[in-house]
Amino acid sequence: MFEYMGDRLSNAIKNIRGMGRITEDNINDALREIRLALLEADVNYQVVKEFINTVKEKALGLEVEKNVKPDELFIKLCKDELVTLLGGDYVPLNTNGNPAILMLVGLQGSGKTTTCGKLANMLRKKHAKKPLLVACDIYRPAAIDQLKEIGRNLNIEVFTEGKENPVKIVTDALSFAKENKHDYVIIDTAGRLHIDETLMQELVDIESTAKPQEILLVIDAMMGQDAINVIEGFNSKLKLTGAILTKMDGDTKGGVALSIRHLTNVPIKFVGNSEKMDGLTEFYPERIASRILDMGDILAIAEKVEGIVSEDEAKDQMKKMRKGEYNLEDFLTNMKQIKKMGPISNILKMLPQARQMGLNNVDIDPKDMAHIEAIVLSMTPYERRHPEVIKASRKQRIAKGSARSVEEVNRLLKQFEEMKKMMKLMANGNMKLPF
Amino acid sequence: MGFFNKIKNIFTKDKKEDESAKLYDTGLAKTRNEFVSKLSFLGVKYTKIDEEYYEALEEILINADIGVNTVTKFMDSLRKRVKEENISNTKELNEIIVDELFIIYVNNESLSDKINIKENGKTVILFVGVNGVGKTTSIAKIAYKYINMGKKVMMIAGDTFRAGAYEQLKEWSQKTGSYFYGKENSDPASVIYDGLEAALNNDSDIILIDTAGRLQNKDNLMQELSKMNKVIEKVIPDCNKETLLVIDATTGQNGILQAKAFKEITDVTGIVLTKLDGTAKGGIVLAIKEEVNIPVKFIGLGEKMTDLEPFDIENYIYGLFKDMM
Ligand SMILES: Nc1nc2c(ncn2[C@@H]2O[C@H](COP(=O)(O)OP(=O)(O)OP(=O)(O)O)[C@@H](O)[C@H]2O)c(=O)[nH]1
Ligand SMILES: [Mg+2]
Repeated sequence: MFEYMGDRLSNAIKNIRGMGRITEDNINDALREIRLALLEADVNYQVVKEFINTVKEKALGLEVEKNVKPDELFIKLCKDELVTLLGGDYVPLNTNGNPAILMLVGLQGSGKTTTCGKLANMLRKKHAKKPLLVACDIYRPAAIDQLKEIGRNLNIEVFTEGKENPVKIVTDALSFAKENKHDYVIIDTAGRLHIDETLMQELVDIESTAKPQEILLVIDAMMGQDAINVIEGFNSKLKLTGAILTKMDGDTKGGVALSIRHLTNVPIKFVGNSEKMDGLTEFYPERIASRILDMGDILAIAEKVEGIVSEDEAKDQMKKMRKGEYNLEDFLTNMKQIKKMGPISNILKMLPQARQMGLNNVDIDPKDMAHIEAIVLSMTPYERRHPEVIKASRKQRIAKGSARSVEEVNRLLKQFEEMKKMMKLMANGNMKLPF
Repeated sequence: MGFFNKIKNIFTKDKKEDESAKLYDTGLAKTRNEFVSKLSFLGVKYTKIDEEYYEALEEILINADIGVNTVTKFMDSLRKRVKEENISNTKELNEIIVDELFIIYVNNESLSDKINIKENGKTVILFVGVNGVGKTTSIAKIAYKYINMGKKVMMIAGDTFRAGAYEQLKEWSQKTGSYFYGKENSDPASVIYDGLEAALNNDSDIILIDTAGRLQNKDNLMQELSKMNKVIEKVIPDCNKETLLVIDATTGQNGILQAKAFKEITDVTGIVLTKLDGTAKGGIVLAIKEEVNIPVKFIGLGEKMTDLEPFDIENYIYGLFKDMM
């Protein structure tokens, strides 16, 4: 299990390996690394302190049985504790209400407007609902235009009523929704500081007018230690029912998720992970726990891949890999799949183990795809299946046939070897991908 | 003796009536109150410098988002000084803390914290950063500042991706009295190309280019930035070029990765630290200065076009520690 972890932490964990017992002495290094990992993930200082104490206490009480490695036990304990802290079961949206009213609140720039569009899109797609978007950000220049454009692109109706009075806009939007049989109303509010009394009062007024089923705090996953002030600020004035963590497609660890759970009883309901309108997924505590412990976001990759590779194709490849038959034809197929997933370097970044193996230098520019294809197609079928026969003279022929240079042919063969290495690892179950 | 005294002198004597110091005062009031009151509280609560004291101090620094590495190093050098200089009084230590923070930021070099404006020529400033940090608003603020100094300013809407981005910048160009160039639904590099040509024609002095927010791990979007740079070099080869990375003061440790990635691809010349009017401390800029060596040039203290101040490390630290002095 710990194969997936960041270098520092897995080094610290080595101390525990081979010990018959977990003692204060042999977990101290590991605890220190975990503490740093958490702080570097922007987990709140107090939360980290409590967490370390709990883990220490529980770890010392652990009975190490035969057949179980103490280091694995320890890491499992850490992860389980994190998952517990992040909150157990998934809490679905409260939809009791006709129309059901959702209100999104948060700081400036946290991603409310985009998230409104994503939510509406998701509700329509998954639940066949007819949502209405309501533009209440009367302050930021062009905020209303932004929501309108989002609505236009999604073909979802947007209610606007100038820049006068958000409470009145909401009131009118609600009667409009009833008349037009919208079953969801999603209110986009202006970004504001939690210490801005006037604007916080405006939210309270909207709340008492609209009586929303859900008040969702939209919060940037990159947020630092100030998160606790923000969360407390919004939570003390409004009856928050959930939070949405945005910009998780960045390389932030998202430790703010722990602060949310620790400070409020509010569940995290969704995670935003792209700028596109389908970039909203349910929140899985497991994933953030792995991410914070630098265990690689295996599941996220898994989900990404699922939509792209058909199951048969995947099984077929798996078999080939086990037999060590992975060849250039498979390589070409994989390259095409990877192209659909985005740059391979990004995918490898999500896999700490790939990093350890020095695989992080594999990169494929989408523009190179055409070249890769040309080169592979200039090989004979035999060459594609037995790349080891491609030597100097063959390389020259292939280069000529594809109108690429010999260096490029060499580079491709090298990339192929790297890919093969990685595939072998996955096939052996050391690195799991659902191919 | 140390920077602390220097700052103290500056502020207790010369800068008392200084306008910008006052603005810092109000904008950073919340920041300062919390941070400093915690520090001075520390001096009262702990008279002995022991483990408990160090832990409380570390918490204050981490809570300011100063950066785990930087804080760890800082704590180490503090412990060393305490030992070597035989310091036993926590009050005395407060001064050393300010000193050490200052040293981290200044790091023995003279900082160019000014925008390098070309007299009798053009200055092009490219604004980059992750989503929602305040790029577009900062452009408005900087335009306002230079227009007040009698410069002709042009804004180019290089964010052709986000819904409403074009309208947002256009609205700011009208409010500030800047020229504007934009074209929806086209490639940002070509918009910038045409915008720069337009700037040559209308003889603008300062050209501010907005770009779409991008997360630093999106390689293809990052590549787009180097393309924009090439366009600038091509159209106005003899301009003074600045690239400002906009960072939100609420940003945590990810700020360091942002600075590293953007610097690698665009030669960032400075940072605009926004949203300091909230409770966030923006301490990550200290870590960025230490680890990536990019100075802060401006700070944002609100949503209006007047809410911009040049960054001044002495003011900044003074703002954080005023109550201690
Ligand atoms: N309180 C406060 N809000 C700010 C400040 N600077 C910008 N904002 C607000 O932050 C929000 C986002 O600002 P934008 O300027 O649109 O940010 P951006 O980086 O251009 O965003 P994208 O183009 O979406 O990536 C707006 O609501 C601004 O009013 C500041 O210094 N203080
Ligand atoms: Mg913008």
